[in-house]
Amino acid sequence: MSNDELIWRIAGGSGDGIDSTSQNFAKALMRSGLHVFTHRHYPSRIRGGHTYVEIRAAGHEVQSRGDGYNFLLALGDSFARNPQEDAYYGNEELKPLSENLDELREGGVIVYDEGLLTEDDVAELDLEARAEENDWYVYPVDLRGLAKEHGREVMRNTAGVGVTAALIDMDLAHIEDLMEDAMSGDVLEANLAILHEAHDMVEAEFDEVPELTVPTGEHDAAQALLSGSNAIAYGAIDAGCRFISGYPMTPWTDVFTILSQNFPDMGGVAEQVEDEIAAAALAVGASHAGAKAMSGSSGGGFALMSEPLGLAEMTETPIVLLESMRAGPSTGMPTKPEQGDLEFVLYTSQGDSARVVFAPGNVEEAYEQTRLAFEIAYDYQIPTILIYDQKLSGENTNVSVDFFDREPNPDLGSTLTEAELKEAAHDASGKFERFGYDDNEKGVSPRSIPGQAGGRYLATGNEHSPVGHISEDPDNRVFQMDRRLEKLEHIRDDLDEGETNQTYVGPDDAEYGIITWGSSQGAVFEAVSRLNDDDHSVRAVSVSDMMPFPETELTEFIEGVDEAMVVEMNATAQFRGLIQKELGRYGEKLTSLLKYNGNPFEPAEIVEGYEINVDGGEAEPSAQVRIEPAAGD
Amino acid sequence: MSAFNAIGDEREVDSNEYTAGVEPQPTWCPGCGDFSVLKALKQALPEVGRNPEEVLCVTGIGCSGKLNSYLDSYGFHTIHGRSLPVARAAKLANPGLEVIAAGGDGDGYGIGGNHFIHSARENHDMTYIVFNNEVFGLTKGQTSPTSPKGHKSKTQPSGSAKDPLRPLSLGLTAGASYVARTAAVNPNQAKEILIEAMEHDGFAHIDFLTQCPTWNKDARQYVPYVDVQESDDYDFDVTDRREAAEMMYETESALYEGTVLTGRYYVDEERPSYQEEKRTVGELPDEPIAERYFDEDSEWERSYDLLERHT
Repeated sequence: MSNDELIWRIAGGSGDGIDSTSQNFAKALMRSGLHVFTHRHYPSRIRGGHTYVEIRAAGHEVQSRGDGYNFLLALGDSFARNPQEDAYYGNEELKPLSENLDELREGGVIVYDEGLLTEDDVAELDLEARAEENDWYVYPVDLRGLAKEHGREVMRNTAGVGVTAALIDMDLAHIEDLMEDAMSGDVLEANLAILHEAHDMVEAEFDEVPELTVPTGEHDAAQALLSGSNAIAYGAIDAGCRFISGYPMTPWTDVFTILSQNFPDMGGVAEQVEDEIAAAALAVGASHAGAKAMSGSSGGGFALMSEPLGLAEMTETPIVLLESMRAGPSTGMPTKPEQGDLEFVLYTSQGDSARVVFAPGNVEEAYEQTRLAFEIAYDYQIPTILIYDQKLSGENTNVSVDFFDREPNPDLGSTLTEAELKEAAHDASGKFERFGYDDNEKGVSPRSIPGQAGGRYLATGNEHSPVGHISEDPDNRVFQMDRRLEKLEHIRDDLDEGETNQTYVGPDDAEYGIITWGSSQGAVFEAVSRLNDDDHSVRAVSVSDMMPFPETELTEFIEGVDEAMVVEMNATAQFRGLIQKELGRYGEKLTSLLKYNGNPFEPAEIVEGYEINVDGGEAEPSAQVRIEPAAGD
Repeated sequence: MSAFNAIGDEREVDSNEYTAGVEPQPTWCPGCGDFSVLKALKQALPEVGRNPEEVLCVTGIGCSGKLNSYLDSYGFHTIHGRSLPVARAAKLANPGLEVIAAGGDGDGYGIGGNHFIHSARENHDMTYIVFNNEVFGLTKGQTSPTSPKGHKSKTQPSGSAKDPLRPLSLGLTAGASYVARTAAVNPNQAKEILIEAMEHDGFAHIDFLTQCPTWNKDARQYVPYVDVQESDDYDFDVTDRREAAEMMYETESALYEGTVLTGRYYVDEERPSYQEEKRTVGELPDEPIAERYFDEDSEWERSYDLLERHT
């Protein structure tokens, strides 16, 4: 077993505190100087069922969940209900142990809670034979009993963490600190006692201990453990967003919750409303009245937002919408990631409609692109959408605190003050020419806010004249249409002039290319560094600008390699289709590596996909991925 | 200095200020009841001391949706049934605005029914006018949620099998703190009710009977009407929910038998508006959100200060 990284999986039932325990342990590992990355796997139910969180921790930077894992802490599922042996959910009590064995690496460690599993149950698994075959270390511990002795059964998580810390030779101080922050009194006392007892038990009772010493170190700067949802919420706060409206839906709800909890202290407003049509319409109304506003949902809820989205385009009302994808179609798999809504988000709404779509690939990009989404929405009076997924929403990774040390940007963009309105064009009856001929070369006509003196106009979803009167005049129609569509070209120019949103790894002169987007980035980048370490010549780009598309950059990238593989989590190669549509060629140069089983890519799957494509290896990949050949192949 | 000088600007406002100098020609049919709503609104607004630039009139789609095309104030002509969510948010972002939402019976009680229920339930401080002509007008006469049972139209050629929706009862049940019905044929009452509704602190729902001379020739059914407050035949307490509900039931049953009752049905001055409730629990700032963006001295909180919980 490798000593340079720990991939610790804590498994149990939903409601057993798996999430909070893993969050704390990840923080403790981060505080001990390691880089961490978490991956959540959970079912769409509140209590019970098989759930796990994986924490990958290493001395080097980690960008993805890694391949498989090397340490299993299997708690009992205290919510398991198993009235009949062959009931729908099977033997749930055993699931935290039984469901996880296939992905445990050779030489891995298993700690399971004897307290909730009977010997007969475990015998079913043939654990001894499998352990021998794979050189696993197996430690049955009565975590439940230990916890009960000191307090309550639920504290068995702490016992599990104590055993883990002993087995990886980790300093308990970091865990103690976190416990002291989170609890007090008897509860704290009991937890501390359990932690130490479990820790000491390992040395006293287990003869054979694996050589699993994860390195520790020190970070150059203070670190924060954040999810993509945290980063998006914080990006919005720093962009001056002070209005959010929404309807709960997994996985978008995280951002909605974070902002709902913070806005009251910041002079902002959060509204939970009756449906997603209302949610997006509220964002439009708030923005119209002068707030920086946001709404969002996941695929099914976003479908309802298509009406207000079009309204925002036609009335040139700036809004930011979030779309956190989960597997579809329809309600699909609520708690599983997929990158299957790309085409939907790009083309939602009737008419020749234009919006800006960004797809951040990691936590830092999520923060930056949220700020950018607000800036562009308000400068250009156009809806901007952040498309991301369940994986980026929920995965936690450490980011330097300094990264967030930037000034807020509450600028309302192309909005006039009352003094400026006095100078602006008005029609004969004194109405402000809100949708007038542009004094601004970017196709943007500055707006007024209701309540401002001298700014009266009508915003309408119908085609309209410069003051907002409904108009079917052909010349006005062409003028207004061109002006709205023209914005995308200027936005493209602005984006090309600034720092690129696309992220690259690998040598500039590489022979082979990998193209990906969104949260598949981490696994792809890790695969690329492995391949290059193995003397292959690979370069990858993770694209964030979905619309307007970064034509120049992508053309250059594809021209520079012999062939390229597009990696994405969907079954119909949507992003590859977009590239070919936008660039009008390269059908013969691009292959696809697709995964859509509900689990995100692991780096090894991408390495394997590369090998099949390049070396003509096995015809079919061994993992649950699919290869889509180039046109003509 | 406020960024919104028009708000609270106390001066004599002439109702003509609400008519644009260069007026778009109303596209309503001759004899349409919608003209009366526009006229009553233009008369009522100066009486509540509001000038055109502090008024935001948000409408839905259909003939009624064009109200703000002919009312020279700030306006937002939204989409089918969506006037309320847009209007609600504008009021939350800037409570200083006089927010009026308007739509038709198809728009407001059909496609926008869910928003109506929840806006009333939450008691948002605004006025909601539903132009009720019992028919879809602009799409050429189809049966609407308030069309009488048996109403024949191109989409229900054998006569509607559905009972009409009862808008007053629905508004009351959902939680509106002011519910009234008036009619285009009674401009004086309409004006008075609009004034009351705008001055009311909470969700004021007005079912405004507007005849459609083109698609609903039975428009004459709205004449004569009886004012339930003025008639000696009716005696009930508008602040009593149960009595109001009974009156509404009677009215809504009688409407299709040729008797038209109008007036105030329910007035609850005690119930705080949603804005007030939200401010009480600390979820609505005292200062309008919109104001902050124009205030250069405003201190903008930043996420950096929240990071401690993640370290």
